[in-house]
Amino acid sequence: MKFSLSWLKQHLITDADAATIADTLTRIGLEVEAVDNPAEALRPFRVARVLSAERHPQADKLQVLSVDTGAGEPLQVVCGAPNARARMIGVFGGPGTYVPGSDMILKQASIRGVESNGMMCSSRELQLGDDHDGIIELDGEAPVGSSFAEYAGLDDAIFDVAITPNRQDCMGVRGIARDLAAAGLGTLKPLAEVYRMTSLDPIAGDGPGPDVRTDDSEGCPAFFAQGVSGVSNGASPEWMRNKLTAIGQKPISALVDITNYMSVDLGRPLHVYDRAKLDGGLVARKARPGETIAALNGKSYALDESMTIIADANMVHDIGGIMGGEHSSVSAATTDVIIECAFFDPVHIARTGQKLGLTSDARQRFERGVDPAFLDEGLAIATRLVIAICGGTPSAVTRSGAPPAERRTVAFRPERSAALGGIDVPLAEQVAILERLGFKIEGHEAVVPSWRRDVDGPADLVEEVVRIVGFDAIPSTPLSRSEGVARPTATRAQLIERRVRRAAAARGLDEAINWSFIGAGEAELFGGAAQILANPISEEMKHMRPSLIPGLAAAARRNADRGAASVRLFEIGRRYLADSERPTATVLMSGERGPRDWQSGKTALNDAFDVKAEAIALLEAAGAPVGNLVLAMNAGPGWHPGRSATLGLGPKMILAAFGELHPRIARALDVPAGTVAAEIYLDAIPAPRKVERARAAFAPPALQSVSRDFAFLVPPDLSADALVRAIRGTDKAAISGARLFDRYEGEQGLSLAVEVRLQPGAKSFTEVEIADISGKIVAAAAKLGASLRG
Amino acid sequence: MMIESDQILREIAAADSLSAVEDLRIAALGKAGSVTALLKSLGAMDAETRGVEGPQIHALRGAVTAALAEKKARLEDEQLERRLATERVDLSLPPREAPRGSIHPVSQVMDELAEIFADLGFAVAEGPEIEDEWHNFTALNIPEAHPARAMHDTFYVEGEQRRVLRTHTSPVQIRTMMGQKPPIRIIAPGRVYRSDSDATHTPMFHQIEGLVIDKAIHMGHLKWTLETFLKAFFERDDIVMRLRPSYFPFTEPSAEVDVGWSMEKGRRVVGGCEGWMEVLGSGMVHSRVIANCGLDPDEWQGFAFGTGVDRLAMLKYGMDDLRAFFDGDLRWMKHYGFSFLDVPTLSGGVGA
Repeated sequence: MKFSLSWLKQHLITDADAATIADTLTRIGLEVEAVDNPAEALRPFRVARVLSAERHPQADKLQVLSVDTGAGEPLQVVCGAPNARARMIGVFGGPGTYVPGSDMILKQASIRGVESNGMMCSSRELQLGDDHDGIIELDGEAPVGSSFAEYAGLDDAIFDVAITPNRQDCMGVRGIARDLAAAGLGTLKPLAEVYRMTSLDPIAGDGPGPDVRTDDSEGCPAFFAQGVSGVSNGASPEWMRNKLTAIGQKPISALVDITNYMSVDLGRPLHVYDRAKLDGGLVARKARPGETIAALNGKSYALDESMTIIADANMVHDIGGIMGGEHSSVSAATTDVIIECAFFDPVHIARTGQKLGLTSDARQRFERGVDPAFLDEGLAIATRLVIAICGGTPSAVTRSGAPPAERRTVAFRPERSAALGGIDVPLAEQVAILERLGFKIEGHEAVVPSWRRDVDGPADLVEEVVRIVGFDAIPSTPLSRSEGVARPTATRAQLIERRVRRAAAARGLDEAINWSFIGAGEAELFGGAAQILANPISEEMKHMRPSLIPGLAAAARRNADRGAASVRLFEIGRRYLADSERPTATVLMSGERGPRDWQSGKTALNDAFDVKAEAIALLEAAGAPVGNLVLAMNAGPGWHPGRSATLGLGPKMILAAFGELHPRIARALDVPAGTVAAEIYLDAIPAPRKVERARAAFAPPALQSVSRDFAFLVPPDLSADALVRAIRGTDKAAISGARLFDRYEGEQGLSLAVEVRLQPGAKSFTEVEIADISGKIVAAAAKLGASLRG
Repeated sequence: MMIESDQILREIAAADSLSAVEDLRIAALGKAGSVTALLKSLGAMDAETRGVEGPQIHALRGAVTAALAEKKARLEDEQLERRLATERVDLSLPPREAPRGSIHPVSQVMDELAEIFADLGFAVAEGPEIEDEWHNFTALNIPEAHPARAMHDTFYVEGEQRRVLRTHTSPVQIRTMMGQKPPIRIIAPGRVYRSDSDATHTPMFHQIEGLVIDKAIHMGHLKWTLETFLKAFFERDDIVMRLRPSYFPFTEPSAEVDVGWSMEKGRRVVGGCEGWMEVLGSGMVHSRVIANCGLDPDEWQGFAFGTGVDRLAMLKYGMDDLRAFFDGDLRWMKHYGFSFLDVPTLSGGVGA
């Protein structure tokens, strides 16, 4: 919402300067986004008189002017404007002056061999309009040598204020003035005085009112209109044009400017129809299927049955409360008009606007809600302005339907100021503030002004009082503290995430955060997305990821393309499955295991064992019982069947998957060579049983353990894990550990060697006991088809 | 006898290797050694002769033993010196490199926030990112025609249930109030989504929500909490903050929170007051929102606030491009990421 200081002062009697007003606006909740004074940029430009204009000796289209700038000798200026002539008064900028409209600094220059000392400016060069056909011509009375900005009344601060969606009243300058007056920054003038009208009562007029009615009491509860015949639609008066131009609106014609002016000034949108282009009366109704309108913005819109429109017998003339139609718009030839002052339902307006993707000043106002008690006055002001500016004779007023302007009250509970707002404001001050804002306090009730549909409870009154008093006056009040040291608050799941994250970083993995959405192709590789966006930003960001691997793979690819030889990434985030969002930690390593090294020479690419180490380390950090993990080969679709595996605590309790990606997927994702990955299913990790802080008592074994090595020839498909587990299970009392330390494929087949650690209890093992245990180990291995190597 | 003694000592002195010394030891003190033979001969001597010879023979043994030991030690020293002269590595060579990992700034800042608010008694709450419209909008007093519901801002999920990607972390407020009895103090950090993408907006970003529901909580508490939080987070005492009346459908009164900034080394930093920048949205939870969650708004009231985690990270740690947060560029991570040891703690500080 833009307005100028002089515009504001039409409503508000105040001595405050622009800076004070801006501060106050922000303080009371009308956030000032910018305050500009166009005069700042125009400061160096002066009113100047052309003394003589001669043909340029070298160019037909140029003239050589002698210009009196009001200071010193006349200056020679080369000028290309066709309207430049002797004795005219215009606007001059000397060398060194920045010209805002052409974004350049003027220099003393030679133009086609003739020296030029500055420029006579066009409207466009000063950003005052689009006119560039000639230089600005000022009134013959303009004082030569004076500041042009001052002379032209451009020395006026322009405020740009962000109006929050709840403040319907501040979509007009008057509402802003009222708020400032409530904040003690001046006095609000009576509206009739602002418009210099003796009365704002409806004009009775001659003859019948226009034939308008509303058939859509929901979308358009009230349709008021008044006709004016015999108008002349020329340019609007200069004061009105200046006001509109100052805030960036383009003056069009008197009738259009009047509606635009009232929209900004009073937050009251209107529409004016050219009666000659209407076929019979106007009806506000829901659009019919197939109806369209060519709107004033030059675009055509297809309408549907949810939209309120205004039509005559033939066609639609207005998207009610949003935008008028081209056909019945006013022109210079217009003589008879109908002025529409209606009330459109905010929700209807919002829906229609959203559906059509169409925004306008009118929509912005109707969507917030216009003052439902201001239809008669609004129409009266509009008709008076039309008559005053365009002449003509008014008809009677037609009123169809009634705006929802019933009296509304909310409980006034002054004690809530302290209880909710945190500041104790004396009752009298509260009442005074509310009354300045237009409320009426009647005992324990406040009558809400018709222009504040957002106010519907005691908390709103607290907000009104406290914002005008100032939020900065609220004393800070500490929250109560529970006794003692702050208690831990993190849940187990949160702790797991934190521990896994820090463990991964400690192991040299870099944390990435990737988009939660991926492309269809990527999602398809991992079984497809269970959730798909209806309105994605792009096809690549449409499918909620079923796996974190595509995001990490793309990041790895980007890094490889930037020259990274080794990429070690992880991400902790959710997979979006059909039933739930699953917290998952995913590791993806690409390229070389590490940098090549003078000790070990060439480096190798990552393999599945590199990522297995990460998977187990992260599982351990997450608190999973890594000693009990069961490995199962082939982690499923997506993974290389022979070079991937799951880790779990049973077939239904899979905690992680790791290994190489399926070659088909690796190719589709275009991952760099040496890419391996691991997924840790964080929500699958069982809670540990431990509840006590104190550990079990520690009793170091009295005797040293002994170790024995066993080398077995095994069937080629026997997993090392199965062999080690079988060995460990043979004598749980005596065997404290079993670890595979050698693997060899020779002529005899595959050989696996296991170091078994035996822990004696009270007595050392005898040779017989050791032989017995060894026998059991060999027997257990034999069940798996393994035989002791000779 | 003495001649023999001189002879042995000379030979020991002349020995030039440890093996020669060992040979001499065996020749003198071994089972069949010459000195051993002399010692053995003592038994056959009469007492008088033994009285004369005995001390001499024992002295001889002592002298030979000492000479051998001394020679051995000297030869060993020489040998060590020779070895040391050859044993040399260039320790300026690089050791084997261990990869260095990093924590993403968003995670680091979330940990910092959790730590600060834990001290104020706030737990961390979570909720789904794919939400229904009721939790994301309706319960938060955002009516159906509110602009935030427009397709322009909200990602909708295909299907009949009209689910959305949560546009803010505020639905966690609703879930918390419905799921537990007050008093409530929570923060809710997480991913949120808006259909928006330009230099300063990404379609996915991170927010943190705060919620306090209790009896007699008012705006003074809100103000104190935010001041306390901002000072702790930015680790500066010169933080100035102002609340500015604003509008959010789910709070009444509503306030935007500005923090003062100043220029330091050509950068805009939080602290001081050369200008204001908006950092948080906040307000007293709307009575309708409290009622929507099944609580009695005459009994319970409180405040809520929300802000962007990515933005907090940028303001504190000086990144200037939000899009880089989600690009996974290792060079960026090494520059802006954090060590695993940078765990925010109250005793060690919440910044790194």
